[in-house]
Amino acid sequence: MPDLIAFLEPDLAVIGRRPAIIADLAQLLPESCLITEERELVPFDTDAFVSYRRMPLAVVLPETTAQVAAVLKYCNDNAISVVPRGAGTSLSGGAIPQEDAIVIGVSKMNQILEVDYANRAARVQAGVTNISISQAVDADGFFYAPDPSSQLACTIGGNIGMNSGGAHCLKYGVTTNNLMGVRMVMFDGSIVDIGGKALDSSGYDLLGLICGSEGQLGIVTEATVRLLAKPEGARPVLFGFETSVAAGACVTDIIGAGIIPVAIEFMDKPAIEICEAFAHAGYPMDVEALLIVEVEGSDAEMDAMLARIIEIARRHGVKTIRESQSATEAALIWKGRKSAFGATGRIADYICMDGTVPLGQLSYVLAKTSEITDRYGLRVANVFHAGDGNMHPLILFDANDPEESLKAEMAGNDILKLCVDAGGCLTGEHGVGIEKRDLMRHQYSDADLAQQMRVRAAFDPKWILNPSKVFPLEGRNGSQTGNQSALAEEGKAGAARTGKTAA
Amino acid sequence: MSLSEIQHPESEDDVARIVSQANAAGLPIEVRGGGTRAGLGRPSQAASVLSLARLTGITNYDPSELVMAARAGTPLSEIESALAANNQMLTFEPMDHRPLLGVDGEPTIGGVFAGNISGPRRIQAGAARDNLLGVRFVNGSGEIVKSGGRVMKNVTGLDLVKLLAGSWGTLGVLCEVIFKVLPRPETAVTVAVSGLNDAEAAEAMAAAMAMSVEVSGAAHLPLSVAYRFGDTLKGEAATVLRLEGLTPSVDVRTERLVAEMRRRGEVSVLDAEVTRDLWRDIRDVKPFAVQRAKPVWRVSVAPSAGHQLVAALRLKTGVDAFYDWQGGLVWLQMEAEPEADLVRQYVKALGGGHATLVRADAATRAAVPVFEPQPQALDALARRIKDQFDPGGILNPGRMTATM
Repeated sequence: MPDLIAFLEPDLAVIGRRPAIIADLAQLLPESCLITEERELVPFDTDAFVSYRRMPLAVVLPETTAQVAAVLKYCNDNAISVVPRGAGTSLSGGAIPQEDAIVIGVSKMNQILEVDYANRAARVQAGVTNISISQAVDADGFFYAPDPSSQLACTIGGNIGMNSGGAHCLKYGVTTNNLMGVRMVMFDGSIVDIGGKALDSSGYDLLGLICGSEGQLGIVTEATVRLLAKPEGARPVLFGFETSVAAGACVTDIIGAGIIPVAIEFMDKPAIEICEAFAHAGYPMDVEALLIVEVEGSDAEMDAMLARIIEIARRHGVKTIRESQSATEAALIWKGRKSAFGATGRIADYICMDGTVPLGQLSYVLAKTSEITDRYGLRVANVFHAGDGNMHPLILFDANDPEESLKAEMAGNDILKLCVDAGGCLTGEHGVGIEKRDLMRHQYSDADLAQQMRVRAAFDPKWILNPSKVFPLEGRNGSQTGNQSALAEEGKAGAARTGKTAA
Repeated sequence: MSLSEIQHPESEDDVARIVSQANAAGLPIEVRGGGTRAGLGRPSQAASVLSLARLTGITNYDPSELVMAARAGTPLSEIESALAANNQMLTFEPMDHRPLLGVDGEPTIGGVFAGNISGPRRIQAGAARDNLLGVRFVNGSGEIVKSGGRVMKNVTGLDLVKLLAGSWGTLGVLCEVIFKVLPRPETAVTVAVSGLNDAEAAEAMAAAMAMSVEVSGAAHLPLSVAYRFGDTLKGEAATVLRLEGLTPSVDVRTERLVAEMRRRGEVSVLDAEVTRDLWRDIRDVKPFAVQRAKPVWRVSVAPSAGHQLVAALRLKTGVDAFYDWQGGLVWLQMEAEPEADLVRQYVKALGGGHATLVRADAATRAAVPVFEPQPQALDALARRIKDQFDPGGILNPGRMTATM
């Protein structure tokens, strides 16, 4: 398919030195941690944003922080780009490599180092999966709150890189609100510890800055995360509506009434059909829109809260109300929701948008989203976190049809601009990656971006860390290596192409 | 510095112009909101004061979106009454420093975020920084910069919002802040366990936080401070646990928490009104608001380390203490000298954290680092970050550290 999004032009000098670089890397870590055969590099050529692929120069999978430090120092000394990688589940292309870059994957660093219930904290290596933290403390009545849909696979390191959210962050917040400390390797191989079991920091809030920095400020190798007491019980309830507008208005009124459930998830008819066919969760098929509202606590608490929610839903003409009657049913309801992306992938190729809008704009943005996809002759399924305005339109297309692929990307760009224009942002929890990089100027002024890039340069003066991501290629400032400045030309070409698609 | 050199910008553009001129002239500025926390931090060396007192007003507030935007100089009292009119609140419960520091003036919303000021509910609802969604600020070069926005979830670009929160005006002059607000709980109670010593209290609080009862405040008030709370605690040491929410829910949780705590000591349940006043007094450090000549530390450590710190200090020096945040926030009133080296040495030995000298005279604050000194690598990083926001070093120079 035609590439709307440009990468930095590969540095041919670095590629030319590949054998020597590999030999050098072999001095820095064990053979089992170094991948250089083309056949074995293929699994690393993209992430969950599969429209774009680039083969890396080599992949290293260190087993210790010291090995990460050695490789990073080597790359910085030799001006070689680095792409950090967790499990490769990024939906925005945050982990897609480039031909002149070394991928540093943290998947071998997958140990839970310490569980400390008295201080409600766990110290883990960056490569542990999100779900394994909750699993490790489940029997003792605790859990780790952020729950991205990819939680079976995604790593805590990747979660920190993207400041991941999930369905339950309406109540519990996203990664940044549940992260207490990190051990991070800086560009020059130095190792710093930031935060820990004490709350807040005394100097600048570096932890807050690092969380969501998309692997551009350093490589996190360990994290201290907040553990919370598990609620006594949880009950998801299905509310079916005749129109998406009624469902959207119901969400606004629930929140406006001062009721904050743990989660409010929204699905439109296409999404309901896709998920039901896959998970057989018992979703109502005769409605246009579905809300999954989850409440938690003791039975008395859940009853009290649900009574109020049901009253509001009735005011909006709710057609179906179905409470889960057992843990199995509750699990099925969530299975349907969490498999939405996978289930969609079985019937079509799709790209998933991630714009967030103010709650009052939900209905308007939903209607406009349909108009946009209609205009391009594409189908869209909406399944998203309604309680915090985080939209996830899935634009369906056929990847074997180059024209349709292009239209899908263009429709996606239009939808994201719509979210920004409605007072929202480009991405609520997936990150900018390469996917939304060229739209950054729609949300931020040159001064805004310049300030961010200057901060970035304070952490990575040569711009070696994940350099093709987040910031538009043209107009980059700060100190940059020759490799990058030579790329101004390519950046401009990329901008021209993007400009054309927006027109 | 003479008082005549106070500038009162009335718009963001005014702020940009003033900072730009000061930067060109190389003249440092003290950035001030309501000035109620001017005595917190190192005395800064500035040629003039930039007061945000006239940059006021709520700019956006739709209660059903749970978000408010306001200009930085807006008095906190104005924000809180607008929220109260809609039965909402700032969930992070910002401390009012006036009683502790013995000062007058009106705290501003910009000051609250510039200092990342939080209160007892921090353990459940996050700090001020967790509730700040967007900022508009003027950097040290006089450029207007925005970061974040007015939506709950936003990972678009680097999170400069977090960096600005708690930077005490050294990275930029906040002009507008956008923050999350939440419904006020329908009711609140406090479960109080009397007679526990500090170590027993730490265990009780940890046990309460491990239960699924959603404790929204966990403090321990030892015998030495209990009498400062009037009749509420009957002059006995009290370990207090706050529960908030819908009435039927609070009833159920109270019952469960009381059953657990009864195994540890005598339990009483304080009603909503008493609860409100008690937690306001804990938030504002009322026990130490009397003898204002004595230095006061605010120490943040792992919750299980708080009482160990105090026990260790008591063997060396005269100190009074009470605990918030499950024991992890220790308020220390020193009998005589601040004993900075001792306090910080013990904090480090007990697993780390940070100690801030919240109250001391200006001479002491100029001599003793008010904020916890950073390890060399982090200090160098902070320096590089500062240079990227304020290359001329004109914004609140010296407020956070002697060299920054």
